This record gives sequence, structure tokens and C-alpha cells, in this order.
Amino acid sequence: MTAVADNVEVEARIIARTARRLRHAGSLGVSGWIALGAFAAVVLIAAIGPLLVTTDPNAVSLSEAFQGPSAVHPLGTDASGRDLLARLVFGGRTALIGPFLVVLCSTILGTALALTAVWFGGWFDQMVVRVIDAIFAFPGLLLAILATALFGAGLPAAIAALSIAYLPYIARIVRSAALRERNLPYVAALRVQGVHGAWISLRHILPNIAGLIVANATLAFGFALMDLAGLSFIGLGVQPPTADWGAMVGTGMGGILQGHPAEALYASALIVITVAAVNVIGDRLNERSEVRA
Amino acid sequence: MSAPLLAVENLTKRFGSGRTETTAVADVSFELASGGSLGIVGESGSGKTTTARMIIGLEKPSGGRILFRGEDRTQPARTAKALRERGRNVQIVFQDPYTSLDRRQRIGDCLAEVLGVHFKLSRDETKRRVRGLGELVGLDERQLNSLPKALSGGQRQRVAIARALAAEPEILILDEAVSALDVSIQAQILNLLSDIRDERGVSYLFISHDLAVIRQVCDDTIVMRHGAVVEQGATAAVLDDPHHAYTRLLRDSVPRDGWDPASLARS
Repeated sequence: MTAVADNVEVEARIIARTARRLRHAGSLGVSGWIALGAFAAVVLIAAIGPLLVTTDPNAVSLSEAFQGPSAVHPLGTDASGRDLLARLVFGGRTALIGPFLVVLCSTILGTALALTAVWFGGWFDQMVVRVIDAIFAFPGLLLAILATALFGAGLPAAIAALSIAYLPYIARIVRSAALRERNLPYVAALRVQGVHGAWISLRHILPNIAGLIVANATLAFGFALMDLAGLSFIGLGVQPPTADWGAMVGTGMGGILQGHPAEALYASALIVITVAAVNVIGDRLNERSEVRA
Repeated sequence: MSAPLLAVENLTKRFGSGRTETTAVADVSFELASGGSLGIVGESGSGKTTTARMIIGLEKPSGGRILFRGEDRTQPARTAKALRERGRNVQIVFQDPYTSLDRRQRIGDCLAEVLGVHFKLSRDETKRRVRGLGELVGLDERQLNSLPKALSGGQRQRVAIARALAAEPEILILDEAVSALDVSIQAQILNLLSDIRDERGVSYLFISHDLAVIRQVCDDTIVMRHGAVVEQGATAAVLDDPHHAYTRLLRDSVPRDGWDPASLARS
């Protein structure tokens, strides 16, 4: 009798322990892992797809306009008779590299600015906060439209403008986290030892807030993808004939009116899937970094 | 007689300005002899910690002077080299053992980092010195290889002491360094500190609100209240025969047989 009770108890303990381990290993949660899988699939399509698809995404064939799926064109063609599959696959590269560069620039610059401001504090910190607030007041898209007005339409101008527009978002979050970290006694202990401020900021403060930075950079990636797609949609971002999801939604608009929604539909579906996946991953990472802190 | 190891002259610290200005430390003067141990007692907000932070260079004094071996260290260090040199003069152990260590850094790496700041050592020599510091404060190889979260509060405070001693300072400031620990752990750390003092000849500036702790560790004691020194002298004299009413109040606030907090509040 007691042996049975013991067994039950041991089993319960093993189950509880396994569940705990699973939770720990999968701290992204079920939705997080699904989102990660979806995002990985999209990245894989953009990375490897162009190597497998041999059709030229820019080959125009007006006689083949608005075709349905066939052996030659698995997803059909657009208004100019270009292969949709090829355009979606090649367009993925443009659509993903753009926001990646935006996030990379704004995260590096924003983090550097925030860490410097926090370390020196005082009037320098106050000045940085004011500048950040001032940039924050400009909508990212407005800034990008302004940049294209100055430097001409195209991806480089849009990326540069959005990098600046996203900088305050990252800088603000990093500043508040770094400020909390800087006021901990271990930083004071290092200062008293005579350790250089740059060393403390890069080797102690930065690693301790890295999780938070990655989480927010991931979230920013989703927004940047949408903003860049939006710019390409209104014709200020990626220029024809280069394939891009945002631009494809724009050119596909005409097709919708003529009863051929395939181009706009496929491109927007990929944008939605990517942004949704990235947002879920970012949220999970954010929660995790908060639990850790 | 030679100059004292540390001399604090008319040290003053004011925070804020205009109507919100408050004086945290007012005209505080004391000396710490080489090899001596000086206690600073007082209630919360009496300016003990601010005094320590000024000596260590984390706050800038509003007035007065701080002299180490007769050398002025009132103003912030100008160069990185001077900053490190000051680190080798005076070190500090903070109150909270949980936030005073980088949670991502292994204990041994933490000690090695500080050694690297002050001394040019080979890799093997660093390893040897880290192990030596661990031995000094009673941490074994396994603990040196672990992250702070694997250690107890008392063990972490040993790490903080080892880190401070890595710079081979002449003065060690202990700012409520045992206040956050259980009484039994407190006793261990206090014994450790007295062993280290015998072994290394380091002088202590011991800040505490706990009279029993001060009595056990300090030769001399000063009593602070509202940022000012109200009484100072040999520890036994100050605590056994207090002249100032505040010292008497502090002493009578320690619970004991037949203790009556109500009568204290009336007095």
C-alpha cells in the first residue's frame, strides 16, 4: 500500500520536474516557438529560394499577363506576365534586408548614445534626452518621405531615414535599463577600483541589458518591415523593376480591380506572417528579459 | 608623530539648492591612524554613508578636506592612473551583498578583473592570487567558479571583501557590511575581518548602526546625528560612559532584559 503511494508520489515529482524543465527549455512558450518556426521559414525562403528558382523575376512577357497557376508559373503571373513565385522569393530578400539594416543601425547608434549618456549623466544626459524626444515627435514615415524628397526615392534613403526615426525608440529603452544598472552597487564598486567607464559600460552594463536590447530590436524589425513596405507601396522605397513585397502590394492593386488579386494577396500575406511572427518572438523575448532582470 | 593615515577636516555635503537644500554632512572631522579601526555610529540618515561615499570618491564634498597620508583627495581624480591609485588607497564593502556583484560574472573572474586593473600579472600569477584571495576569505575553488546566484548572502559578502582586498588597500571602509546578514553569519564575517586586520594590517572605517558590532571591532568611535559628530573617543569610553544625550539614547535603544521602549519614547 505504502509502496504504491510512494510510487505515485515519485511519479508526480518526476512529472513536475519534467514540466519545469520543459518550461525552462522552452521559455519562449508554444506561441514563441511557432512564431520562430514561421520566421525561420520566411528567412529560409528569402535566403535559399533565389538559388532554387531559376526563372528571372524581371522577365516581362505581356502575352502571359495575369495567368493562373501552371507548370511554368507555379503561382501564376502579374500584370506584366512576370513569374509571381520568382518575384515573391527575390522580393523577400529586399523586404527582409531593408528592416534588418534599419534595426542594425538604430540599435547600434541608439545603444551607444544611451550608454554614453547614462555614464556621463548630468547636462549631457539631459541634452540627449531632449534630442531623443525631439526625434520621437516626428513620425518615422514623415521623416522618410522628407528624406526621399531630399535624396531622391529609393531604398538607401528610406533605410537611412528610418534608422534615425527608430533610434530614439531603442535609445530610450536602453537608457532607462542602463540607468537602473548603473545605480547598482557593483558598478560603484568597479568605479572605486578605478575601472574605466567605457569598460564598465561595455563589459558589465551592456551584457546585463543585452536581452532587453535584442527583444526590442526584434520588435522594431517588425515595425521597420511594415514602414518600408508602406514606403515601397506608395512608390518611395524600392524602385521598379526590383521585386519587393511592399512594392508588389502596390503594383498588385491594379490587378485586384481587374479581378486578379493573386500578386497583392501573396505579398501581403507574407508581410503579415513575417511581422506577426517577429512581434510574437519579440514579446516573448521581452517577457523573458523582464523575468531575468 | 607622523601624519594620520586618513584625515577628514570639516567635511560638509549639501544636497539640492535653494529651499530644498539639505545638509547631509556638516563640518565632520576625524582621523584614522595606520592600523587603527574607527567606528561611525548613528541612526539612518545621520550622514554616515554620505561621509563614506565622499571619502571613497563617489560623492563630491561641498566643503572641507580629505587627506590620505597628508595628500589631498577631496577633488575627483584627474587621470585614470590617479583614479586607480586612489583605488589602492581606500576600498569599500557595501551593505547589500546581492546587488554589489555583477550577476553575470563568475566570482573568480570578478577578482581577476580587479587584480588586472591594479597589477601587471601573468595568467598563472593571476590564478594563484585569485585562489589566495579566496583562501583568505574562506571561498573554495568550486565557489570561485560559480555565479553569484549560487552563493549565500554571507558568501557573497566574503566575495565583496576579497574584491576590495584585491587592490591591497590601506583602508577598508565597511558600510553596514554585516547589517544585511544573519547574526551567526555576522559573527563569522566579523571574525574574518579581525583575522584579516591581523594578517594584512589594513585599517578599518566601520560604519554601522549596531552598537554591539562597533564594540567588537572598533578601537575608536564617533557618533553622528543629523550629519554632525556629537561625540567621539575610545569605543569603550563612548559607549560605556556617553556624555551626549543622543549616545545615551542610542545605547538605551538596544533591547535587553527589562527593556521598555515606552519609557524611551517619553525621555
